[in-house]
Amino acid sequence: MITLEQVTKVFNQGRHNEVAAVRGVDLTIGDGRVTVLRGPSGSGKTTLLTVIGCLARPTTGRIRIDGEMVSGLPERFLNEVRRRTFGFVFQRFNLIRGLSARDNVMLPAYPTGRPHRALIDQAEGLLDRFGLADRASLSVEHLSGGEAQRVAIARALINDPAVIVADEPTASLDGERVAQFLAIAEDLKRAGKTVLITSHDPRITAAPLVDALVTMADGRIVEASP
Amino acid sequence: MRAAFERRRHLVDFAVGSLARHPTKNLGLVVTYALVVFLVGSVMLYGSAIRREAAAMLSSGPEITAQAMVMGRHDMSTSADVAALKGLRGVRRIEPRLWGYLWDSAGAANYTLMVPPPSDAAHAVGKGEAIVGEGVARARKLKPGAMLFLVSPSGKFLKTRVKSILSSDSALVSSDLVLVEEADFRAFFELPADVWTDVAITVTNPREVTTVAEKAALKLPRHRFVTRADMSRTAEALFSWREGLTLALLAGALVAFAILAFDKASGLSAEERREIGILKAIGWETGDVIALKLVEGGLVSGVAFLVGVIGAWAHVRFFAAGLFAPVLEGWSTLYPRFPLAPSIDALEIATLAALTVAPFTAAILVPVWRTATADPDAVMR
Repeated sequence: MITLEQVTKVFNQGRHNEVAAVRGVDLTIGDGRVTVLRGPSGSGKTTLLTVIGCLARPTTGRIRIDGEMVSGLPERFLNEVRRRTFGFVFQRFNLIRGLSARDNVMLPAYPTGRPHRALIDQAEGLLDRFGLADRASLSVEHLSGGEAQRVAIARALINDPAVIVADEPTASLDGERVAQFLAIAEDLKRAGKTVLITSHDPRITAAPLVDALVTMADGRIVEASP
Repeated sequence: MRAAFERRRHLVDFAVGSLARHPTKNLGLVVTYALVVFLVGSVMLYGSAIRREAAAMLSSGPEITAQAMVMGRHDMSTSADVAALKGLRGVRRIEPRLWGYLWDSAGAANYTLMVPPPSDAAHAVGKGEAIVGEGVARARKLKPGAMLFLVSPSGKFLKTRVKSILSSDSALVSSDLVLVEEADFRAFFELPADVWTDVAITVTNPREVTTVAEKAALKLPRHRFVTRADMSRTAEALFSWREGLTLALLAGALVAFAILAFDKASGLSAEERREIGILKAIGWETGDVIALKLVEGGLVSGVAFLVGVIGAWAHVRFFAAGLFAPVLEGWSTLYPRFPLAPSIDALEIATLAALTVAPFTAAILVPVWRTATADPDAVMR
């Protein structure tokens, strides 16, 4: 379970261009559930997602993961928490150009020191699971948007994290690809993963698999259901 | 243990792949880096080689050399001078020497003609015979048994048969040498029987070289007495000064390299920052990212350094440091040419590495550390 208490995130603090992207957010994200953060552009949902995923530190407030306070952890421990707990699917996928799909999937596992052969088998297994077995050796810039997203999802799963975080996962996908993504999210939910998504896409927010909808505006939570 | 090994292996694999993904940029960096190492390394290796040759030459030379002087210029010593030196306490052996230079316009080379001392039985030559150095043999295409013809400035003709070709540890000693018999030498240079080019003095106790030289100077005030240590210091100072001067001229290249390094240090490209942000976001630690970039930099600098040093060595060994030899040798251009064996001095190699690797490593570390310690979200933005 992830708990946020009075979390704020301010950019350029103390400068003329100071922006409070997240303001006093209290939120609880239950295990094994699909939670969607929705809201218009600039509402602070992506910033909140990065703070929850330990990609950025909150300016104030506390974040607990399974009761352990992580918001004040030193960088070294925060990295460990991030790697152990979260798998990220970024809006623009953030795959490393010039590397093959397989190598991109393996990347998060390098610091774990797992044997190379085992990593290759695991990465190919994940790509196979998402219908990309024949694309494993292809450089990622040669993949379609949908394929790149599935590679990004495979990468997010390589360390078997408890929480999958996806930022605007359907922003550039057509209807068929959205359905594909939802099917993957359903699978993850069934596998007991916690899925946290930001989206203002009604195809996501209205999907039956969504357990909780959190609506944001101007950096605050204006509605949370249930 | 195995996990740590695999982790390092993954890092190295990724670093190699990363370099291969930006071939143009990294090749350019390797070429620039190697060029700087080549230039500076050539000067250092050549300076070192020539100092070593000089040291080898001096080590086989006399402990004291007595030379007659007239108006500050070298003059011939007489048999009376030699006899006077023989009576000095502390002197073990006196060897009057005959040697002189000959400009050979046919071979476009300067030769040193010398009469081997009687104590040197290995190089004894008979009338009409000559032993020649490697450079002379090369310039005149001589082999043992071949005829060597020399013409003196006054038109005297010397005809000798080559007895053997010298092979010496030091090319500087023997390359331009022509050893001939005393009578042939005197006839060729038209010298009377009782004059000598200089006198080699060997002392009984090597620690008393200075004392013996002082006593000899009192006895023969028309002579100067040059000790081996004096010559060694002069050679060392001369070649070190020239090497320093050349390195100062090359400072421009070093400065250019430093500017390149500083330019790299002042910031990573957007692509590099993005990659670091991604790696951090997906769970890489700051140390992993820094280690990755150090491995990348180490590979670039290692390859470039190796290429530069090997290039410098080949430049000195096979091309006689053609780019810098005129500056380093100065007026005393050595004829005929001889191959210098570059001496690989660990301290000089370490200095060269410090001059080039240190700024490059700093150039890698500073921006990577700045980026890798920031929040991944901030970096990816």
